[in-house]
Amino acid sequence: MAADPPLLECRNVSKAFGAVQALYKVDFEVRAGEVMALVGDNGAGKSTLIKGIAGIYPFDEGEVFVGGDYVDIHGPRDAARLGIEVVYQDLALADNLDIVANMFLGRERTRGTVMLDEPNMERAARETLDSLSVTTVKSVRQTVAGLSGGQRQSVAVAKAVMWNSRVVILDEPTAALGVVQTRQVLNLVRRLAEHDLGVAIISHNLHDIFEVADRITVLRLGQRVALFEREKTTQQEVVHAITAGTLDQVPGMETADAAGASGTAEA
Amino acid sequence: MSVQPTAADVGRVPGGPPVDEAGTSQTLSGYMRLWWQGVRAGELGSLPIIVGLVVIVITFTLLTDNFFSERNFTNLILQMAAVATMAIGIVFVLLVAEIDLSVAFVSAVGAVVMTLLLRPGDPGWPWWAAIAVALLCTTTIGFLHAIVITKAGVPSFVVTLAGFLIWSGVVLILTTQYSTAGTIRIQDPTVIGIANDFLSPLWGWILGVAVVAAFALVQLRTSLTRRARKLAAKPLVLVALQTLGLAVVTFAAIWYLNEDRGVPKIAVILGLFLAFWSFVAARTRFGRHVYAVGGSTEAARRAGINVDRVRIAVFMISGFMAGVGGIMLASRLRSVATNTGGGNLLLLVIAAAVIGGTSLFGGTGRVIAALLGALVIASIQNGMDLMGLASGTKFVITGLVLLGAVLVDAFSKRRRAARGGV
Repeated sequence: MAADPPLLECRNVSKAFGAVQALYKVDFEVRAGEVMALVGDNGAGKSTLIKGIAGIYPFDEGEVFVGGDYVDIHGPRDAARLGIEVVYQDLALADNLDIVANMFLGRERTRGTVMLDEPNMERAARETLDSLSVTTVKSVRQTVAGLSGGQRQSVAVAKAVMWNSRVVILDEPTAALGVVQTRQVLNLVRRLAEHDLGVAIISHNLHDIFEVADRITVLRLGQRVALFEREKTTQQEVVHAITAGTLDQVPGMETADAAGASGTAEA
Repeated sequence: MSVQPTAADVGRVPGGPPVDEAGTSQTLSGYMRLWWQGVRAGELGSLPIIVGLVVIVITFTLLTDNFFSERNFTNLILQMAAVATMAIGIVFVLLVAEIDLSVAFVSAVGAVVMTLLLRPGDPGWPWWAAIAVALLCTTTIGFLHAIVITKAGVPSFVVTLAGFLIWSGVVLILTTQYSTAGTIRIQDPTVIGIANDFLSPLWGWILGVAVVAAFALVQLRTSLTRRARKLAAKPLVLVALQTLGLAVVTFAAIWYLNEDRGVPKIAVILGLFLAFWSFVAARTRFGRHVYAVGGSTEAARRAGINVDRVRIAVFMISGFMAGVGGIMLASRLRSVATNTGGGNLLLLVIAAAVIGGTSLFGGTGRVIAALLGALVIASIQNGMDLMGLASGTKFVITGLVLLGAVLVDAFSKRRRAARGGV
């Protein structure tokens, strides 16, 4: 089954902020063409994990592999070079610029040395949106200020996949959206996986997760307490793992509870 | 793809044509409809200011005998050129949501440095060397301000306010040290010619034809390239109409100026700077980054843009353009004095950028705003001068116009915000 190595694999990664152990020996993987959900209560370490992968700060220990190769990620630039793109919750779009300008921000194409190649960028932006079947955006020349929440999310995702990225990590992509727009974004997430990208999605909404995810990683207090396959689990089971998943090591205590369910689904 | 265009389709990067993928904009009527929808949605662009200018011109033409005359038209250009030049730098600073309160005295430093270097025999530098060193000084001053702002994290308001005091002091020190009267005359004919020479009528016409031809060529090329790439492009009818409109305005202006003394050299210099900086703002990667930093610093930073470097560059542009404006003013007065850069120069320059439509909130505005705003201010001041109004009245009215421009900005921003997030 697992012939190819996962697109993204973290082994035993840990991260502490002072006395707080935000992550403790966590394993996490995303395969090509799958949507991996990352769930957990507030403070479970979800954001710490993706920020570490994105190169915002280094992990204290553990290894990261991309496409089976060991990689050293020292900053967001490294992550981008490896094809890892993160769409943060606040999207980081410039409202005053149009969609094309936002999608190419910081990586503008030029004709000659300084002059922007607008037709080229406009075509590419349109093609990327079309390939993701984003039909709600009428013109790629409209400013982002005039877009709805769902459209903004679509633009942010399209921006992320534009750069030959292999792994797209979405942080709470549906948190601020209405029903229809949530549906659009979830469809978009599925489409990314169909394009054979690895998709990791953080969400608090189990309903959404059960709609799009293939597998579900559950973090609790900085540790991975469960890894489910969506088809073989239920929402109750996931909720139970989030709130009461068994920990290898109880923070602040020397003796670890050895009977762990770490890495596998309980039951 | 949907065929119905929405108001949002008109929203765009400065300089970019309003287009939609459905091709509605390919026809003239479709294009105009999109534009009008944009206006109603708060994408006012330069519309309010052009309406304002027309109102001002009509008002003063009715109220005074000689507002609308060849001589006054020429004077108007001479009066506003330096303010418009300096306002170009302020537009860039405002685009990244900063402010530069030091421009007036920085411009004076440039003017004084140039004048001192020009003094015959002491050291009697050639005009080009004196101007180059003066501009180097003012650009460096902009750089120094920016270093403090970016590295120490002090708001630009405070840093450039300090600069305001420091450079006014430097001007005072230099002018009083080198002249007991406090006034140093400029004798170099080239430098004096900057603000006092005029093109011959023939050269005026050649220039006019060149400007119109260049506009038509650029527009035509853009439109054809986009068409070739199957992108929505400006209808050729519109390109033709715009070219015709520009030709009418340009040729009328040149004819009118030739009736007096001809096209002022300073107008040509201003035009070159406007074209150059418009290109930088709208068509280069650096310009795009300036807008991005002003729109969302965080987005720019995440996109890998060196935000500090953009801000430093913007203050250097402000310093450079202040220097150019200072040299223009010195040339016009044929001297520098202890009060160079003083008075309400700073206020006029910043007001010009804002009245021209540059948002104080950052991220919106075009370089041409500097010209439009300076024109409005100069016409009002000139008109009120002709009416013989008292200084106090003039200040009050100029202030009200500034307030009106800021209100238009605030309301159109609110309107745009109301449209967004639907």
